[in-house]
Amino acid sequence: MKRREFIVSAAVFAALPEAQAEEAAMRDAIRTWAGRDPEAGTLKIDIAELVENGNAVPVRVTASEPVVGLALFTPLNPEPGVIQVSLGAAAAKPEFSTRMRLARSQRIVAVARAADGRCWQTGVDVIVTLAACVEP
Amino acid sequence: MATRAVISLPATPKAGEAFEVRATVAHAMETGYRSSDEGARLPRDLVRRFECRLDGELVFAADIFAAISANPYVSFWMRASQSGELRFSWRGDNGFEHFETRTISVT
Repeated sequence: MKRREFIVSAAVFAALPEAQAEEAAMRDAIRTWAGRDPEAGTLKIDIAELVENGNAVPVRVTASEPVVGLALFTPLNPEPGVIQVSLGAAAAKPEFSTRMRLARSQRIVAVARAADGRCWQTGVDVIVTLAACVEP
Repeated sequence: MATRAVISLPATPKAGEAFEVRATVAHAMETGYRSSDEGARLPRDLVRRFECRLDGELVFAADIFAAISANPYVSFWMRASQSGELRFSWRGDNGFEHFETRTISVT
C-alpha cells in the first residue's frame, strides 16, 4: 500500500463511525417528522454550492407537485432539524425560503410530504469555508 | 426593547393570484452551543414556531431549530380569494411572543 493510499484510507476509516452515527440521527429525525423513511425523489434545493459564511445561507426548497409539508435536515450540524414547514390550503406554491446555519461542509437533505402520505427526499452537497459559530 | 418584525407582501393582491409573503423578526436565535468571552455557555434562546393565518385559517407554519440564522426569515407563496386579515405570530423560548397583523384587500 502506498503512503498516500494509506493516509486516505486511514482518514476514511477514522471518520466512518462518527459519520454513520450522525447519518443515523438524521434518519431518525426524518422518520419522526415524515412518519416513515422517504423514498428518493425530486425536490429542488436552491443553495450556493460553495458557501463563504455558514452563519446565514439562503436556501429555497421547491417541490414539483402539491405538498402539505416540507422540511430540511443536516447530518453534521449539532442537531439534525433545521426547519419543518406546514402548508395550508391557501398556500399557492409548494415552496419556501429561509436562511440557515451550516456548521461544516455536508450533504443537506430536503424532505416533502404529500397529502396522501407519500414522502420523498433529495440531498445536495454544500461546501462551507467559514462555519457558523455553533460548536462549543 | 420592543421586538421588530418586517413583513413584505402586496397590499392589494389580485383575487386567486399567487403572491409572495416574506417575514422576518428581530431575534438572536442563540443556539446554546456558543460561549461568551468569559467562557460561560450562553443559554439557548430560540424562536420555535412561526405561523401565518388568514382569517384564522392556517396558511403557512414553520417549526424552526437552532440551525436557522439570527433574525429568522421565511418566505412563501399564498393566494386569497377575498379580502381578509393576515395574522403572523412568532413564539419561542423564555416566553418570546410577537404578533403582527396585515390587512389584504383583494382586487
